[in-house]
Order: sequence, then structure tokens, then C-alpha cells
Amino acid sequence: MANLLIKNGSVYCYKNKINGESLDILISDGKIAKVGKNLNYECEVIDASGMFVFPGLIDMHVHLREPGFENKETIETGTKAAAKGGITTIVAMANTNPPISLPEVYIDVVERIKKKSVVNVLQSATITKNMEGKEITEMGLFKELGCITFSDDGKPVYDARIMQKALVYARNFDVLILEHPEDVSLSSGGVINEGVKSLELGVQGIPNSSESTAVARDVLLAKESESRLHLQHISTKESVELIRWAKSMGINVTCEVTPHHLVLTEDDILGHLDTNKKMNPPLRTEEDRESLIEALKDGIVDVIATDHAPHTKFEKSLTLQEAPFGTIGLETALPIVFTKLVKEGILDFMELIKVFSFNPSKILGLSQKGHISEGADADIVVFDPGKKYVIDEEFFVSKGKNSCFLGFEVYGIVKYTVVGGKVVYTVS
Amino acid sequence: MKHLIGIKDLSISEISSILELGEIYREKLLKDKSSISKDLNGKVVLSLFFEPSTRTRISFEIAASLLGATVVNFSENVSSVQKGESRLDTLKTIEAMNVDVAVIRSSISGLPYLLARDLDRIRIVNAGDGAHEHPSQALLDALTMKIKFGDLKKVRLAIVGDILFSRVARSNILLMNKFGNSVMIYGPTTLVPKEIQKIGNVKIAKNFDEVIEYANVIMLLRIQTERQNSSFVPSTREYKKFWGITEDKLRSCSKEILIMHPGPVNRDVEVASDMVYSDKSLILDQVTSGVAVRMSILYHLFNSTPNS
Repeated sequence: MANLLIKNGSVYCYKNKINGESLDILISDGKIAKVGKNLNYECEVIDASGMFVFPGLIDMHVHLREPGFENKETIETGTKAAAKGGITTIVAMANTNPPISLPEVYIDVVERIKKKSVVNVLQSATITKNMEGKEITEMGLFKELGCITFSDDGKPVYDARIMQKALVYARNFDVLILEHPEDVSLSSGGVINEGVKSLELGVQGIPNSSESTAVARDVLLAKESESRLHLQHISTKESVELIRWAKSMGINVTCEVTPHHLVLTEDDILGHLDTNKKMNPPLRTEEDRESLIEALKDGIVDVIATDHAPHTKFEKSLTLQEAPFGTIGLETALPIVFTKLVKEGILDFMELIKVFSFNPSKILGLSQKGHISEGADADIVVFDPGKKYVIDEEFFVSKGKNSCFLGFEVYGIVKYTVVGGKVVYTVS
Repeated sequence: MKHLIGIKDLSISEISSILELGEIYREKLLKDKSSISKDLNGKVVLSLFFEPSTRTRISFEIAASLLGATVVNFSENVSSVQKGESRLDTLKTIEAMNVDVAVIRSSISGLPYLLARDLDRIRIVNAGDGAHEHPSQALLDALTMKIKFGDLKKVRLAIVGDILFSRVARSNILLMNKFGNSVMIYGPTTLVPKEIQKIGNVKIAKNFDEVIEYANVIMLLRIQTERQNSSFVPSTREYKKFWGITEDKLRSCSKEILIMHPGPVNRDVEVASDMVYSDKSLILDQVTSGVAVRMSILYHLFNSTPNS
């Protein structure tokens, strides 16, 4: 029985090579029942004339902060923020309190997600117990409970031997290791990118090498162990070149880049109080930014992910040196990438859908997501590309207001977000 | 001038005005302290030191006292994020006590900007924030050189030592650059990042001979012992041999080269012991200028131009 019809939208689907064609989409029982022209059914109808309609975005890197840091974000507010941003599936990081290192904790969190979440949440577990970097977690037991990704994000797996074991062990259950590549012996104490800006502000820097040396280590470990590896939030040109080499060698590695690393550089940091632009990895140089865009276009970078990292207003009301790392990103990723890359002619909208929906679905093995096909999950976004507005604190439904894009004028707003056939967000 | 946070934020005319009045105060300080008018009578100046300091703190306290202000001091080691909230409470409390000026020193770069933002009434004077700026030091150095050379344009300054972590170097570079002067930099490569050339008109010397050839003043910076522990330099004896200044190194040079040091000096590391108070040293001149410049700074917080 049909329950939702999205009519007259310009539909985009990378997998089926639908590039803005005006089509109707009929949704039934949470699935896409039919895609075609002039569909008419007795059911709820969304008129998507003048709108872009595409598969829901899949964000492989989100901090929901629950349990333990509910002052920063909760499953409810974080997933509502995702829905508002056109993101229908998120991979939630495991650096909560307690960290998700035991299947018992995972079960509890998944219960909360069932009750509170408005989008699909794939909850990660940690790679090592309590993120201590000493012993790997029970990946088999986690997999039986439905957990398919493992990450110590927030920190790297420092010990190379442990990382190697994690990669090899993950093969038993075909689960995916998401690694935050960072050599903390190089980055420790650092605040922003090591370079002109850190010198000017007199704060300790985080050199490019703290990421790239870790990327080199990790791709070599993936090669030797013949394992899959996903590298998180790549920010330097050297990392790009190492991943380019790794892919040319046939190493099974994928990676992501954040909207802020694609759009901003250290030059955008306005001073010691501009703490929303303090994140880890830090904003790098223009040369790095250009390298990331090129890598995104030529497929070396597979995925855009937000690294949505909410913090309280007070925590960010300190100096750069003191404030915690992180920017929120769920609600701004689509309009920012659309405005700064698509409208500027740097990225096709089809490419955006590929790296923000189709590629993540492939990496995560979600065959029913990331495309508009009959039988696929009805996770769909209706987006008004013409709407122009300024991002301010009131814009956000996330508990965190710490956006590095505050004050930016953008185009494009999500009108409807549909998850499993249900409208979970409508613009007010 | 509402606050003094960085040389970066000052105009050339503000700097010139501070130096001019500083020179007058210096005369009075040396000749007749009773001739100093109590222009800060009725003001409360708080010295708020979150990091240990002797000379800067005493210098500011003497300066404020000579101008007739009531001086109180408060020190506490508050620097961690967890203490950020209690720090704000402390400052709000102090503000409610109607303090007029807070002279602040801390290890946190940019903290004075935060206080200027979060406090409504108190005027902030930065007495050193992390590795960012130390504007009163640069101003007292400028006054010392101006008096010695008659005109800052005649100064060819080389700064030798730990540039990476030095707020003194940053503020001095900014100040000299504002007056059109280039600054030569020299030190161990671990402490002299090449990007320094992008933040100002700076030339990095390749060896000491270049420094001696260029400079008529060499400003030596204190090498912190913790730099040795974290492998920026392997030992003080190695530092002394390659970057320390001795009579021997200056002997080959025909012109006069003066030396400066913000203090406290590591004797026989940055500077040979017998040079600290020699006729080539401006180190004690700097200290005297320090009180005078700080008087001028405090004066300028409440008066845009000095009384004639």
C-alpha cells in the first residue's frame, strides 16, 4: 500500500545515473515502490517542483555524545540535527562515557537509539578496550549484535602492533576499522595547524606530519594484513599522496574528508577567541585544501563526513589554547558543500551525492541505501537549492552551537527528510 | 587606548606617544620622583599573575604606585580548562570590587583578549600571554634603544635565541616592523621556525658572523631549561658555544655592538658573565625604562594624549 508520493522533483542518483531528471517517487512500507513519470496514487503527496530529490546522506563520522556527555549532545538532538541536514544514516563514534567497549554497553545504547533516534544510527564500538590502546575489543560479539564499525576516534591506536592485530582480527568478522590517523608524539600540546598562524598567535602547532606519518603507518599495516581500512578526516596533502599510492598498490583503503577541511584554512582563524575553528585535525593551508578537493574529485578521497563534534557554549568560550577541539557539522554540511563547491562549479551535484551517500553505503555494505531504486530503503531528501540564508546560532537544533560556519551565507535548505518512508523532518 | 593587549593592536602614533611620555617619566624617575604627578589617584590597579614573574610585576607595581594608584595583587595558578569557570567567577568578583586596571600575566596565549571580551569595565594590560605578546617589554626595549640611538630608525636589531616560544621576540618584531625596521633572527633551527619570515619583516641569519655584521644591538633571549628537556637544544654548554654571546665573538668586529636581555639572564649561557653589566650592556637601562614605560602605559589607559 502506497503511503507517500514525491512528485515533480529533480532526482539525483549516482548508482542509476539519474542526473536531475524530473521523476516521481512512490514509497510504500518504508521502501521505494516505484520511480517514474506521472505517478498518481491516493496517498500523501509532497510536491517537489523546483526541488532536488536524492538519496539520504550517509555521514560516517558523528559524535552523538550519549551516554556521558549529554550536556553537549544527545541521541535525540543529534539525530534531529542530522535529519535537518538531510542526513538519514549516521555512524556514531564510540568515545562516549563509558566508551562503547563492551557489548553490554552497546546493547544499552542501541536501546536508547531505538527510542530516541529519528534517523538510522550505526553505533560503532571502540577498537581497543576503553580506548586505552592496549587490548582489542570483542569484535565478534559486537558483530552478532549488529555492530559493523570500530573506532577509537578522538584518539588514534597509538601502538602499531595493536593496530596491526586489530586489522587482522577484524577480518574474522568482516568488520570495518575506522582509524583516526595521528601521531600524538608530534601533535601533543598542539592547538592549530603548525605554521604561520600558530606562530602569529603564539600557540603550539600541529604539524602535517603528525597525520601523514600515521597515514603511512596505517596503509602499510593494511597492506601487510590484507585488511580493509577506513581513514578518518584526512586533512593534509601528504596524506592524500600516501593514500593515492596505497590505492595504486591495491591496498584496501578508503578515506573521508570533512566539509570544513574542504572549505576553510588556517587563514580563516580570526584570533585567539575564534574557538569554533579549533578542531582536530586542524584547519590546514590553502595548498592542503586544494589537494583535498582534487582528491575528492579524482576518487582518492571516497567520502565526505562531518566529524560533528558538539561542545557546550562555555567550553568554547575560552581561548584557542584552552577550548576543546571540534565543530558541529550535521546541519551545515549539505548547504556549505552545495554553496562552496557545487555552486562554485568545483563539484557536480552528482559527485556530491556520490561521496556523501553512495560511496558511504558501499563502504558500510548498506546495499539498500545510497540510491533511488525500486526496492531500496526509502531514505530520501527533498532539498530547495534556491533558498538563501545566513547560518546563525538560532539555526541549529543540535545542542552544540559551536559551528565554524557561523555567519556564512549559504544557499540550499532541506525541505523534507524521509527515513524508512516516514517524513522525519519538515522545514518550518 | 582602552586596553593594552598587543603591539599588533597599536598605531604608530600611540606607540610614539607612549615612548615620548615614557622618556619624560624616565627623567623624573631618575632625578626627582616627587615631581611625578599622581595622575592615577583614586584608581585601583590589580596585578593578576597566573605565572611567576618578578621584574615585570614589581615594575608595574612601582609604576602604578608612583602615579598614585592603589595597587593590589592577586596570584593563583589557574590555567586548566576545568578551572575556566572559577577563573571567570574570580574575575567577575574582582570587577564588582570596582578595580580599574588588571595587569595580567599568564601562560595562555590570548587570555587578555578573553578578559577584555568577558569583563565590561576593567582595562586590561597584558604583561605577557603565553608565546603570544609582551607589549610592555617591547615598548621598554624600544624606549631603551630610542634613548641610546636617538632614533629607532638607526637601530639594527638582531634577536638571538628561543624565537619559537618567545612573546618578547614577537612583540619586538611587530614594533620594529611598524617603524619600518627589519629584524634579524638567529638561534638553533629547532627554535627558529622558517615561517617566522612570513609573519613580519624578518631575516634569519645563517651564522653568528651575519648577526655581528648586521647588528648594532643584539637582544639575547633567555633559554628555558624545559627546552633542553624536550630536545630543542641538547645542553646549555652546546647552546653557549654556538648561540651564547661572549667578548671573544665580538672581538673581530670593529663597530660597537650593544647587548640587551629581557631577563632573568642565564649567566654564561646566553651571555658571558662578565658582559652582563659591562659598558656594552643595556640590561639595567632596560629595567629602568621598564618602570617609566609602564607608567606611560597606565597613563595612556585614561588619557589619550599626555598633558604638556
